[in-house]
Order: sequence, then C-alpha cells, then structure tokens
Amino acid sequence: MSDFWSIWISVITFVVILGSVWLLMANRKTEVKGDLAEGEIPKTGHAYDGIEEYDNPLPAWWFWMFIASAVFSLVYLLLYPGLGNYKGLLGWTQESQWQERVDSANRVLDEQYEIYAATAIDDLAADPAALRMGRRLFNNNCSLCHGIGGVGANGFPDLSDSDWLYGGSAEAIIHSITQGRQGVMPAWGAALGDRGVEDVADFVMSLSGLPFDMQRAARGASQYQMFCVSCHGRDGGGMQALGAPNLKDNIWLYNQADTSLLENIRHSIRNGRNGAMPNHGEKLRAEKIHLISAYVYSLSQTNQQP
Amino acid sequence: MDKMPSSLPSQPESAKPQAAPANEAIHVLNLYQTADKIYTRSLEGFYRSLRRWTWIPMLASYFLIPWLNIDGRQAVWFDLAERKFHIFWLTLWPQDLPFLAALLIISAFGLFTITNLAGRVWCGFSCPQTVWTSIFIAVEEWFEGDRNKRIKLDAQPWSVNKLARKSAVQLCWLLISLATGLTFVGYFNPIRELVPDLLQLTIGGAALFWLLLFTALTWANAGLMREQICLYVCPYARFQSVMFDSDTLIVSYDKARGEQRGSRKINQDPRQLGLGDCVDCTLCVQVCPTGIDIRDGLQYECISCGLCIDACNTVMDKMHYPTGLISFTTENSLEKGTRFRLLRPRLLAYFAVLVLMCSVFVYEIGSRVALEIDVVRDRNMLYRVTEGGFVENSYKLKINNMDQRDHQYSISITSDQELIYRGQSEVGVAEGEAVEMLVRLLLPIDQITETNREVEFVVTATTEPALQNSEISRFIAPLKNRD
Repeated sequence: MSDFWSIWISVITFVVILGSVWLLMANRKTEVKGDLAEGEIPKTGHAYDGIEEYDNPLPAWWFWMFIASAVFSLVYLLLYPGLGNYKGLLGWTQESQWQERVDSANRVLDEQYEIYAATAIDDLAADPAALRMGRRLFNNNCSLCHGIGGVGANGFPDLSDSDWLYGGSAEAIIHSITQGRQGVMPAWGAALGDRGVEDVADFVMSLSGLPFDMQRAARGASQYQMFCVSCHGRDGGGMQALGAPNLKDNIWLYNQADTSLLENIRHSIRNGRNGAMPNHGEKLRAEKIHLISAYVYSLSQTNQQP
Repeated sequence: MDKMPSSLPSQPESAKPQAAPANEAIHVLNLYQTADKIYTRSLEGFYRSLRRWTWIPMLASYFLIPWLNIDGRQAVWFDLAERKFHIFWLTLWPQDLPFLAALLIISAFGLFTITNLAGRVWCGFSCPQTVWTSIFIAVEEWFEGDRNKRIKLDAQPWSVNKLARKSAVQLCWLLISLATGLTFVGYFNPIRELVPDLLQLTIGGAALFWLLLFTALTWANAGLMREQICLYVCPYARFQSVMFDSDTLIVSYDKARGEQRGSRKINQDPRQLGLGDCVDCTLCVQVCPTGIDIRDGLQYECISCGLCIDACNTVMDKMHYPTGLISFTTENSLEKGTRFRLLRPRLLAYFAVLVLMCSVFVYEIGSRVALEIDVVRDRNMLYRVTEGGFVENSYKLKINNMDQRDHQYSISITSDQELIYRGQSEVGVAEGEAVEMLVRLLLPIDQITETNREVEFVVTATTEPALQNSEISRFIAPLKNRD
C-alpha cells in the first residue's frame, strides 16, 4: 500500500471514531426554555412538523458503552494492524497466526510420527492405526495416479498385487517414493520394421500364455533374443534393477481398454514407453514416506484391503 | 404503541411550541440518565402463583437435566469437541444442523403465536431474564425486608447493619450465579466431572473462563440490568407489537370504570363524589417489575406478568368493588364491549403453520436414519482393465455409524447387471465412528452393454434391518473393443 492510501485510511478511521464521540458529546444535553406548567410532561424542545419529542432519557450505561466502544477501537488500532501500513504493537499477522496453528498441529503429529518412524516397516504393516494413517496419506498424495487402494491404472502400476517393477522390499518402496523412478522402454519401430513389431508382439503374447500366431511368434522369438533380452531377460522374466516388467505374467502396465491387448503391446514395442514416477522426497517428509511405504507394503503382503 | 411515552398528557395540547417570552428560565435536560432503581412490592395473588408454577418446572429441569445419565453418558450433552449433540436417546451430528435451525424457527413461530394470543406473556412468565431477576429480588427481600424497608435502607448512610445485609445479598447472588453458570457449562462439559474439578481447583482453563463469564453475566443481568434488558436491549420487545391485533389479550386498565381516580373512604359512594373505581393507591405501579403505570394505557415496556392485576384485585376486594379494573382483556372488549374472540384468521394461521412445522419436525426426527454412507468413485481413473478381461471400477465407501451403539453392517449392491463384488461384505463400526473401505466392482468386458450404468450401494445393520441407507453411484466401462 502506498503512503497516500495508508494516510488516507488512517485519517478516515480517526475522523469516524472521534467524530462519533463528538456527536455523542454534542448531543448529550439539550436546553429547554421556560418552566413546566402544572401537570405538564417534560419535553426536549425538539419539534419537527408539529411532532414534539418527550423527554425519555436513554440509560446512562448506554452512553458509557458508546464511550467504551470508542476507547476499545483506539486501543485495538494501537495493538493490531488496522491503520494502513501500521503494523500494530503486538506484531500480529494472519500468517503468524496460521503458522502458530500449523506448528501446534505439527507438534501433536510429530510425536506420533517419531514413534512410527522408529518402527520397522514390517511391524507398521501389522499395526491398524499406522495403516489407517498411511492410507489417508496415500489417498491424499498418491491415489490420483495409483487409484484409491493402489489399484493402479493404464500406465500406473497396481500396487496392491505382489508383482513389482522395482522390487517389493520395504527399501525398494521407500526408494521409489523418495527418489522417484524413470521407466524407459526405447522405441524399436525403426529397428524392427512394421512386420518385426508384429512378430515380437505375438512372441510376447506367447510368453504369458495368451492366444498368439505360431508363425509370427516363431519369427519374433529370434528378434526378441536380439533386441529385448538385455532388459527383459532370456525367458521374459524382466529385471527389477531397471524396472523392466516381467512379460510372463498376465499383468500389463500399458493396456488401454479401447484397443486390444495385442495392439497395446505393438504400440509399446513400436513407439517405446516412458514411465515416470516423480520423486516425492522434497514434497513429503521422510516420516510420511515411511508410513506410506508401510501401507503400500501391507497391500502387497495381504493382497487385501484393510 | 411502540413509541408511547412513559406518560400521556392528561389534556390535549396544541402541538405547536409556544413562542417563548424573552425572560424565560433555561433548563438543561440530560438526555442520558441513570434509571431510578425499581423497588417492587411483593403481593400474593393468582398471577403471582401462576408465574411460580411456570418457573418451578423450568428451573428444576434446567438445573437437574445435566445430572441425568443414560448408559453411563450424560443424557443431555452438547459435546463441542466431538461436535455431537447428545439429547437423551438421540445423537445429532454436525450434518443434522437443519434440525437445530428448524427447532429455532419453530420456537420463534411459537413465540409469535403466543404473542398474538396473549401479548408479551413469554416475558412475564417464562423469560429467564424475568425468572432470575425475580429470584434475585426475592433474595433482596429476604435480607433487607419489603419495599419500604429496602428504600429506607438504601437511603441510610452505611452502617454495620447495612453492610451486613448488603454483603449477604451479594454473596447469595454470587452463589446463585455460580450455580447457574456451572449448570450452563455443565451442558457442554460433563457436569459430574466439572463440579469435582471445580472443588479440587483442577478445572481446565476454557471451562473456567466460560464458568466465570456466565456467572458474571447472570449476576450483571439479574442483579444490575434487570428491566433495562427488557426495555433497551431485548429485540423481541421492539417488534412484539407487530404480532398484536385488536383481539390480543393485553393487561389493561378499564379507564371508563376507573376514572376519575381519587381517594375515598370505604363507606362513601364514589359516584356521589364524582369518582370512578380507581382509588389511586398506586399499588399497581409499586408491584410493576418494569416500573410503569399501567393506567396510562398499553406500553411496550409492559411484560404482561399480571402482577398489577393481582395488586388491583386485592384493593378492589377490600373496597368491596368488583374485581377486574385491571385485567387481561382485549382492545375490542374494552372499546366495543364485545366478548373475547379466540378464533380469528390471524391466530388460526399462526397456529396452523406451527402445527404443520411441528408435525414435519417430529416426522423428520422420527424417520432419521442414524447411518450415513458416502460412495466416492476413484478420483483418477474411470475404470481399469484387469487380467482375465474384466473392467474394474473402484470406490471408496465411507460408513458413518451415527447411532449410540456399535453395529455390524452388511454391504450389498444392486444393479441391472451382474457385477462382481470384490471387497469386505461385512464391517463392524464402533458407535460414533466412521470407516473407510475399498470396494471394487468388476464386469467381464464381453458383457458390457452400456458405458455408464447406475449401481446402488446398500448398507444395512445386521441386527436392525430398519437401520439401512443407500447411495447411488455409477459403473463406467469403455466402449466395445474396436477391432
């Protein structure tokens, strides 16, 4: 706020408060001319259009309450910010009040977090209270991609099964959340050519026991050994160090429902995939990640919803 | 009527202010003045005992209800920390706030109806302001004596006797205020813990603050402010006259019968002296809690307590005149001599609306289900395709047990398609708790007929089939595969 507006506001505020007090003081008495006749009722002498005002005085406490309000206003404006740029003697701000509330809430939470942070993931996964807290944190921070209960979606892994891209140990889960993950599948469309893509796709279908074309799969097998084996393994079992998916189970990270599975696989081979799990180490405190990890870990252990 | 002066001119005057002679005295009028203290004379009578019998049950329930317990819990307990209002066998949650609003509206309408029927009787017979003020005045009377003695005592210089009496009054007032404040806070903090805490001085800060505040306010309202609240503060006093009509029962002085007022001996015939029935004893003014003279006509300060009727009837009996010079009567009766007309459109309309609102309220409370469910679809994906060719939707199901007992609930779904339900089919929820659970519904891809269908979640208490609630959500599936 510029100085002009600051002064403008302050002046108006004082004028209103002091003006009100002046108005009260100026009108607290009135003069009446002449003596009352016998039996006449006292009037204030105010008359408008023949309407006269009887003398019905307001109670004195009303007068003093008015004065008290004015005094209160001035004291308030001295202590708190209200006059333009003036900060007030107490130094109160909305932000500081908000910060105080947050801090006091955090103090309560910190005690609980400390206890949980010192507990091993295995033990937390068996503690219903810790899991409830972890589930809330998960639903607030993770479920937008992974779904409530971690059921996953097209392009986002299902966390509630026991199939893991990067390993399902407590350490691996904490690492995934804290550091993030980058799952890159190169595009092989140029190297394989259109027919090659189709052949390899059929071979991949054969790995998970799905219906496939014999001839194509036979051709695709040799291509697979050339291009794919270094990440997905000789038998298609995947490699958790790279996050290369296991191709032998019937669990698909990229499976858009409006096209067939085969078409989805061809797309993956032809164009590649680029899956990113953002790193949450800067967004979430380590204690929270610890709790979320316990929840995710418990999902894969029980394969049931708490 | 609202703007009536506290006294009326006895003869009509010319409204024009007269031109003042030059040598007139000038008086200064103070427009703010300390009101004179009102010393009410107490007289027994019909309305006084009626008031007493109105108060006793109200006061008794106010002071005793917090001490009632149900199932080891305070029967009436407004638990602000948990945001639950326990009212006997009913527990209201924040989402039941409309009930509170409805209750306030009904109370307001009840007040309007009563006002239209009999004026400001709420104030004279039931208002806590009046009740506590009267209790405080009774204490004054007990220690300082009747009206005349009190006036004398106040006029005296301070003495040991005066100090002792005044201190006793103040101490008694404080004890009553403390009991009132303690009871009030006891509706919010369980009183069986509050009282021992107070006695052992281990009471919490917030509870102590409210306790002291309500004690101070009770003391100030009933001890110092008294009728000033009714005259200057209470909003109802300001708009009560709107509900009046010519058939409203109001406390009124029968001017035609009473005037010309004047004193006389009991054996004299007033008619020969040119007098009416009013003996001008001013008893009606002395008993009035708001200090008005009812003989000046209806004033907004009048709280319809009927004490002046009692006073006047006592005098009329002594004089062997018929009673009822001051009585509860209507403007029409006084001016036209017609009988009191109860059935009139305005009152009937008020009453009909009141009955209607009460019926709806009772029905709503009676049909309230103490179970709330909420179905939230997954925030991210509409559906997912799972291994084995199923389309899966996932839902967050929240079950909130608003009953006063623990329950086991069974969950079922109804839909026009055979959806496979995956999740808990039964769940136990403790009283006043809420659980959140994950439910998945699956449909084989080859059975998809619509992309969007309704599915209803039904939650039923296993032991109480009536305790059931449902919510409609949707099952979303992709369009048919396009190959």
